[in-house]
Amino acid sequence: MGRPTDATTGPTAGPTTGPTGRYLLRGVAPLGGPRTDVLVADGRVAAVGAEATGARATVVDADGLVALPGLVDLHTHLREPGREDAETVESGTRAAALGGYTAVHAMANTSPVADTAGVVEQVWRLGRDAGWCDVHPVGAVSVGLAGTQLAELGAMAHSAARVRVFSDDGMCVHDPVLMRRALEYVKAFDGVVAQHAQEPRLTAGAQMHEGVVSAEVGLPGWPAVAEEAIIARDVLLAQHVGSRLHVLHVSTAGSVDLIRWAKSRGIAVTAEATPHHLMLTDELARTYDPVYKVNPPLRTAEDAEALRAGLADGTIDTVGTDHAPHTREDKDCEWAAGAFGMLGLETAFAVVHTLMVATGRMTWADLARVMSVAPARIGRVDAGPGAQGRPIAVGEPANLALVDPAARWTVDPASLASLARNTPYAGRELTGRVVATFLRGRPTVLDGRAVPPGAAS
Amino acid sequence: MAHATDDARPDRSADAEVLSTEVLTAGDISRALTRIAHEVLERNKGAADLVVLGIPTRGLPLARRLAQRIADVEGVDADRLAGSLDVTMYRDDLRRHPTRPIGRTELPDGRDDLDDAVVVLVDDVLFSGRTIRAALDAVADLGRPRLVQLAVLVDRGHRELPIRADYVGKNLPTALGESVRVRLVEVDGEDGVRIERPAPAAGQGGAR
Amino acid sequence: MRHLLSAADLDRDAAVGLLDTAERMAATQEREMKKLPTLRGRTVVNLFFEDSTRTRISFETAAKRLSADVINFAARGSSLSKGESLKDTALTLQAMGADAVVIRHQASGAPYRLAHAGWLASAVVNAGDGTHQHPTQALLDAFTLRRHLVAAGDAGLGRDLAGLHVAIVGDVLHSRVARSNVDLLHTLGARVTLVAPPTLLPVGVEAWACATSYHLDEVIAEGRPDAIMMLRVQRERMGAGVPANGAPVATGFFPSPLEYTRAYGLDARRLAMLPEHAIVMHPGPMNRGLEISADAADSPRAVIVEQVANGVAIRMAVLYRLLAGEREAF
Repeated sequence: MGRPTDATTGPTAGPTTGPTGRYLLRGVAPLGGPRTDVLVADGRVAAVGAEATGARATVVDADGLVALPGLVDLHTHLREPGREDAETVESGTRAAALGGYTAVHAMANTSPVADTAGVVEQVWRLGRDAGWCDVHPVGAVSVGLAGTQLAELGAMAHSAARVRVFSDDGMCVHDPVLMRRALEYVKAFDGVVAQHAQEPRLTAGAQMHEGVVSAEVGLPGWPAVAEEAIIARDVLLAQHVGSRLHVLHVSTAGSVDLIRWAKSRGIAVTAEATPHHLMLTDELARTYDPVYKVNPPLRTAEDAEALRAGLADGTIDTVGTDHAPHTREDKDCEWAAGAFGMLGLETAFAVVHTLMVATGRMTWADLARVMSVAPARIGRVDAGPGAQGRPIAVGEPANLALVDPAARWTVDPASLASLARNTPYAGRELTGRVVATFLRGRPTVLDGRAVPPGAAS
Repeated sequence: MAHATDDARPDRSADAEVLSTEVLTAGDISRALTRIAHEVLERNKGAADLVVLGIPTRGLPLARRLAQRIADVEGVDADRLAGSLDVTMYRDDLRRHPTRPIGRTELPDGRDDLDDAVVVLVDDVLFSGRTIRAALDAVADLGRPRLVQLAVLVDRGHRELPIRADYVGKNLPTALGESVRVRLVEVDGEDGVRIERPAPAAGQGGAR
Repeated sequence: MRHLLSAADLDRDAAVGLLDTAERMAATQEREMKKLPTLRGRTVVNLFFEDSTRTRISFETAAKRLSADVINFAARGSSLSKGESLKDTALTLQAMGADAVVIRHQASGAPYRLAHAGWLASAVVNAGDGTHQHPTQALLDAFTLRRHLVAAGDAGLGRDLAGLHVAIVGDVLHSRVARSNVDLLHTLGARVTLVAPPTLLPVGVEAWACATSYHLDEVIAEGRPDAIMMLRVQRERMGAGVPANGAPVATGFFPSPLEYTRAYGLDARRLAMLPEHAIVMHPGPMNRGLEISADAADSPRAVIVEQVANGVAIRMAVLYRLLAGEREAF
């Protein structure tokens, strides 16, 4: 399935190349609806249904595949500049394409920190040159992520990278005055502050979720309240100054409750959950394998269930991967010495599908909403020539992911495109797999394999 | 461990057909011990400095019975003759078996060491000789005896070391594939010695 | 048993078996000739990332009494301090042919990683990891309890600690000794009460197989413990705390050493309140005047020195159990 075939030779033939930029997706089910044909031409969705014909087009046998708008990640660590041994913009965005993504937001905690127009433009250009997906740099809120002085938010917003999302992710903007100023300041260019909610004093030296498991395994605890206290403060600040707040990697049941409450009060807050917080729990810390070490930490089964419920009922707006590549030496060690973070781009769709769609808790349209439409809207990349998270409709940019909902596969770290290997899903069986990805009409992935830019056209 | 024959017996599943022949009865065992008691006294000209050390598991009750017989003849206290000697930590085959529990080492009443003692080691079956080799090392760690002798209920042959018994209840020629099962009242609820060998597999006449 | 990583890994029979073996080992240590040939040709590496002379010497003595070759490997710093990584150290030990690695590490779980990450094939003995476990300490405590409160020597063989009540008092939060003892004493049938100020009990302690109390006098008077185990309390956890490399001053877990001693110290008055047969234990090293007064530490009911001696017998038993049998498969 998903194998591009010449219109005349039938589905068993190998991939052939049709005329530039014309692809007929035959038998595809947009958002899991009725099967139809979709013609992609000149970077756009050119026709849907009976008008979509294979003349001069490469036919992709998409029978049984579901078409989704290309996925958009608001939370990716590409590690370049600074830690190219863990990931580069090229390798990270190739991993993104294989995961069905057509746009990623690259977090600012690089070295140097993305706190100036120069650095964000560098990352943006590296992304454009790599060509696997759109790269939207996230700007730092504070200079050097130090949490004391506002970074040049305006310069970043008005740079070629057109930054709209600002975050000190990895660090919490814990100073309430700085947070207030940032929330106010980004209103000038319709930006959003994405908060890493972690009260630093309550989490000094923290290694894992504070609870029954931490008490037993003897690792310093990261209490849920350290996240919830910051979220409570920030939603009230956002309300007070009338700005947008996006809460990154919500991990506790209490946080879900707070966000639900804030939304009910009309506060402009959006929230993200990561695939790993939806699926995994703190029980994994019993292995002392730092591959399960992440910040915020894996929480309890009750917390994970609250996140899934929040995602299903719309309290949680987006799934962000928090794709955090680390070198092997940063994970092949004792827990306390291990780095925080997990890979996510190549497994996110399958995790969300397995947990939410395959179980009937969410529809395909819901999945498209949390993994594409809402992140694009929050990041303000849902309009203009590079628009993401758009409907699958004639005239829209052809940013698409074709997924096989029936495919069951076992995650093998060695087969990932990411330079790093720190996936927490190694050996796990997931349901649903990305078969093809189109970035403005050009396939970046076909038949589950990356198609280097320039190779397909 | 269910019994204290030497080692290296072929494994045998519980439901395998086994041919079993009684070679010593309770009466035979009793008479053998009485004879050995007299031999010990005769050879050593009395019970002076005598220490009778049983090797767990079944060497222990044999040593107690032997000491009692000697005590009866000599009119001394058996508790001042009998002791136990665990050899587990001196074995050369520890790595060939699951970890063995360690037995008790206890010298007779009134003794702190084996200096100048006449030691009679007692075991149920003498086979490869490796247990006795370990026992000699264990004895050396408890002092410097004047003399060490060995008494066994059964000598089944197949020695792998230059060791022989001074007192033997019964010499019992055996094949390597056979096992010698010693049962004693104190451990097993009855006295007796049997030879067991795997029965030829029924209905497979020579096909192998 | 391939490794000894946590007291929680031992079931009742395994634990009693180790106590019984230790009883045999203790008997050999009363002889003039204390050395046994049992582990001749085996190599035991003491891998200490954290200073603990007493624990290292105890393991070293145990290994030498069993004729094992002992290599002391004092690893200065771990990957935490950008020294050699735990993995590289493990690969080195593997190359040296270590049959057992006795590891003390400041990071909880480091022994578990060493045993399970596939870096080396040796048996791993946890000699204390972070705030996680110290299983040989719990075993020697159980051994001491059995000898004093159940039966000594052969009479104790096969027996557990059923019916005993043990109070463990002090800094439970940071104590691997408390965690190990709660696990093991519970497995052996004893009842454990942890006594500490609320700040020094971990969140999640309610899931442990023990009772907890904030009131030492009440536990002594009403619980009638058969043994009281005092945990070491570090002065830096008291009062305002100490600044760590320019970081904000840590908030102490307790207002002052004096207040701690008043509420949780074992002094002559509390010693007198204990049942007559009760024994006083401390894993050492003691802070005299803080968690335990000289009256208590030096009283005839204190078995603290004996705990040290029992440590050698227990560690001999553990090394025997791990190294003297067939190699168990992974």
